[in-house]
Amino acid sequence: MAILVQRNGVRRGRTLLELLDDRRVLSFLFMLPAGGLLLIFLTYPLGLGIWLGFTDTKIGRPGIFTGLENYVSLFQDSVFLLSVFNTILYTSVATVLKFGLGLWLALLLNNSMPFKAFIRAIVLLPYIVPTVLSAIAFWWIYDAQFSIISYVLVELGWIDTYIDFLGQPNAARASLIAANVWRGIPFVAICLLAGLQTISPSLYEAAAIDGANAWNRFRHVTVPMLMPILSVVLTFSVLFTFTDFQLIYAITRGGPVNATHLMATLAFQRAIPGGQLGEGAAIATAMIPFLIFATLFSYYGLQRRKWQQGGRDD
Amino acid sequence: MTDGAQNVGARTAAPRHQITDTQGMGYLSTLPRRVVTVYIPLAIFLFVLLFPFYWMAVTTFKPNDELYNFRAHNPFWIAKPTLANVEKLLFQTSYPEWLWNTMVVAVSATFLSIFASVLAAYAIVRLRFHGAEPVGLAIFLAYLVPPSILFIPLATMVYGLDLYDTNWALILTYPTFLIPFCTWLLMGYFKSIPYELEECALIDGATRIQILWKITLPLAVPGLISAGIFAFTLSWNEFIYALAFISSSEQKTVPVGVLTQLVEGDVYHWGALMAGALFGSLPVAILYSFFVEHYVSSLTGAVKE
Repeated sequence: MAILVQRNGVRRGRTLLELLDDRRVLSFLFMLPAGGLLLIFLTYPLGLGIWLGFTDTKIGRPGIFTGLENYVSLFQDSVFLLSVFNTILYTSVATVLKFGLGLWLALLLNNSMPFKAFIRAIVLLPYIVPTVLSAIAFWWIYDAQFSIISYVLVELGWIDTYIDFLGQPNAARASLIAANVWRGIPFVAICLLAGLQTISPSLYEAAAIDGANAWNRFRHVTVPMLMPILSVVLTFSVLFTFTDFQLIYAITRGGPVNATHLMATLAFQRAIPGGQLGEGAAIATAMIPFLIFATLFSYYGLQRRKWQQGGRDD
Repeated sequence: MTDGAQNVGARTAAPRHQITDTQGMGYLSTLPRRVVTVYIPLAIFLFVLLFPFYWMAVTTFKPNDELYNFRAHNPFWIAKPTLANVEKLLFQTSYPEWLWNTMVVAVSATFLSIFASVLAAYAIVRLRFHGAEPVGLAIFLAYLVPPSILFIPLATMVYGLDLYDTNWALILTYPTFLIPFCTWLLMGYFKSIPYELEECALIDGATRIQILWKITLPLAVPGLISAGIFAFTLSWNEFIYALAFISSSEQKTVPVGVLTQLVEGDVYHWGALMAGALFGSLPVAILYSFFVEHYVSSLTGAVKE
C-alpha cells in the first residue's frame, strides 16, 4: 500500500515535469505573461475606445449608446476639422523634410572621416532625450521676448522686430514642424545609414566604370537598394508623426486659439481636462483608418524587401 | 590587391554583404572638395542638432539678470555661473520625487517587459507552437498601435481598477508598447543562435526550461541589453500615459512634472525649467553613452528585421 502510494507520487511528479516539457503546454505558459498583458491593456482598450466613441460617456458617469452622434457633431465642429487639416499638414510637411534632410545626413555620415563613431553617436542625441524635455528647450528658443533666434537675426540686421513664433497660427505651425523635424532627423538618418552600409561599394564602382555620374549612381544604385528599408522607416515615421502628442502639448498646447491642435491633442483636450470621454474617444478612433493604411504599407514594404534580397517569403 | 582579396573574403564569408572595404571610391575625391560637400554640411547639421542642448545647459547655469538681458550680456556665454536654478529645482520643487518615480516606473516596466518578452519570443521562435507565425505578426502589429489612441479607454480602465494616481497605473500600461518592441527584437536574436546547440542539450536530457535558462539566454545577452536599455529609455521618455493617469504632484514622472508643475500661472521660471529638462535628460544620455552600439543595433535591427 505504502509502496503503491509512493509510486503514485513519483509518477505524478514525473508527469508534472513531463507536462512542463511538453511543447504545447510550455508554449501556452510562455505566451501567458506577454499575451495576457497585451490582451488586457492593448486589445481590450482598443475595442473599448471604439465603443466609447459611440457613447456619451463623461468622467465619473457611464454613458449610453448614442450611435454616430459624436461623429456627426465632430464633422460640424470647425475645431475638429482644423485639427484634421493640421494633422495632415504636420505629417506631410514634417515627413518630407525629415526624409530629405535625414537622407542627406545619412549620405554625409556614410563617408569615411575622423571620429566617425563619435559623430554618429552624438547625432542620435535628439532622439534619445525625452521629447517633452527637448520640447521645453524649443519653447524657450521660441519665446516671444527672449528668443535666441530672433536675437541673432536682429543682431545680423536681417529683421527689425522679434518674431512672434508661437503667437500667430502659421508661425506656430511652422515652429512645431521645425521642432518635430529636428527630433526626427537622427532616427531617419541612423536607420538609412544602416541601410547604406549594406550596399556594396563594388556596385558603385561598376556603375562608375559604365559611365554613371554621381547623380546617376545615387538615382540608380543608392535609391533602389535603399527602397526597402526606406519604406519601413517611412511607415514608422508617418505613424508616429501622425499620432504625435508630446511636442504640441509641450510647446503650444494647441494654441493660439486651437490653431495648432492635432487630432491627438484635441482628443486629450476634450477627454481628460474636458471630461468628454466619449467625444475624445471618437476623435482618437477617427485616426485609426490612417493607421491601418500605414500598417498595410509597412506589411507590403517588408514583403517586398525579402523578395528583393532573393529570400523566400517565409 | 589587399582590398580585392578582402572583398572576396567578405563576400564568401558573409552573403549579406558585410562590407570591409568602407573606403569605396572615396579616394577619388580631393580634400577641398570633401570640405565643401561633406564637412561643412555635416558641421551645420551637428550645430543645429546640438544647439538646443547647449542652450539648455547655458540657461540652467545663468543668473536671472543675464537670462533676461541680452543687451548687457552676451547670451551665448555665462558671465557669472550660478547654481541658484538647480538649487530651486532640487529643494523647492518635488523634482527628486519625480526622478525617483520615473526611475521606479522605468525599471519595473522594463523588467516586467523583458521577462514577458523573453518567454514569448522563445515560444514563438524556438517552441514553434501551432499558430506561432500569426502570433508573431500580431505582436508586430501591436507595435504599430500608438498610445495616442489608447490613453482614453486606458484611463477609464485605470480608474475602474483603482490604479489612478499610482505608479502601478504606469508600470502595467508601459508594457503595451515595450513588449511588442522587445519581443520583436529578441525574436531576431534567438533566430541567430544555432539550433544545434539546443538539440545537443535536448539529447543530453535537458528540459526546455533548462535550455532557455542555461543555453539560449547566456548567448542572447547582447540582445537582452539592447532590449533592456531601449525599453528603459522608452519608459523614461513616456509622456501621455503619465499625463493622463497621474494627478498629484508627488506621483508625477519627470517629463510631466517639469512641464506641469514648474510653470506658475503666467510666470515661467526658465532657469529652473531648463535645469529640469537638463537633469531629466542626463540619465538616458549617460546610459546611452555607455551602450551606443547596442542602442544603434536595436534601433536599426527593429527596422531591418
